[in-house]
Amino acid sequence: MARRSSSGLTDKVEINMTPMIDVVFQLMSFFMCTLKVIAPEGDFDIRMPIAAAAAAAPDDQQVPPVRVKLSAGPDGSLASIAMNGTPVADFDELRKRIIGLVGADSGPNSLAEKTEVEFDADYALKYVNVVKAITAVSGKVENGQVVELIRKIKFTPPKKG
Amino acid sequence: MAKRSGGPSNTEIDMTPMIDMTFQLITFFMFVMNFSEAEQDDRIQLPSSQLAKPADGVIEKPITLQLTNAGSVIYAGELVAVRDIGAYLEREKTLMIDENREPNSATIIVRADGRAKTGEVQDIIRICQEKGFERFALRAQYDDRR
Repeated sequence: MARRSSSGLTDKVEINMTPMIDVVFQLMSFFMCTLKVIAPEGDFDIRMPIAAAAAAAPDDQQVPPVRVKLSAGPDGSLASIAMNGTPVADFDELRKRIIGLVGADSGPNSLAEKTEVEFDADYALKYVNVVKAITAVSGKVENGQVVELIRKIKFTPPKKG
Repeated sequence: MAKRSGGPSNTEIDMTPMIDMTFQLITFFMFVMNFSEAEQDDRIQLPSSQLAKPADGVIEKPITLQLTNAGSVIYAGELVAVRDIGAYLEREKTLMIDENREPNSATIIVRADGRAKTGEVQDIIRICQEKGFERFALRAQYDDRR
């Protein structure tokens, strides 16, 4: 009687993995080479038509704008902050003053929604200070949640010198 | 006498863990890859803020003006003096009008270096306003330290 080969039933099919591994490594090299680690970025949205910048004409806004003056030192660093003419120690105090002025409510028709902040910054002031000031007036982070304050922000026309 | 097993033996290497790891690496790189077409230049060191909101949606056809520490504007990959951006904006405005779009509907993304002069940022905003643009997005690096 002919003997059946015992390997006939459990034949191991060998797949040639080499092309797949080649492609996979090429893909990996591509992703590694094109990888660009970028920190997430965000925006402060400002709507500032030229008419509003040129002349702050009184309109239906009952609330007068809050004027924040940012003065620069000789090297462009922040020398002083003033809100409506009153000196403010730092950005945390500025935020507290803003909350004291408009309250913590920022819902529709709230005082925070109607109020506008006008930044009057020295020409040579480093821009990072303006971003800090905008951050201070536009909200705060409480228990990981952002509480919005003033959203209307504008700048005075630049003054060189 | 004991017989030595001579000749080359066919050693099989188990490739499975390596392939698994490689696929996981590819998946990782695919996830972290940035496909956005936002203009970002390494020369700009953005100021950071906890309140800079990452945009909810895609800003449609924004105009990105990047102000360097030295006071030049990077516009479409080109270094331009602040006073000269008016001509470029005029061209953008003409293109928008040809596409039946109003300049005041476009958003100007201002990516200014934190060390740049505030007055130069204001100059950029003023020039944009003179050309009819009125929506601005002051870009900052999102600081998620809570």
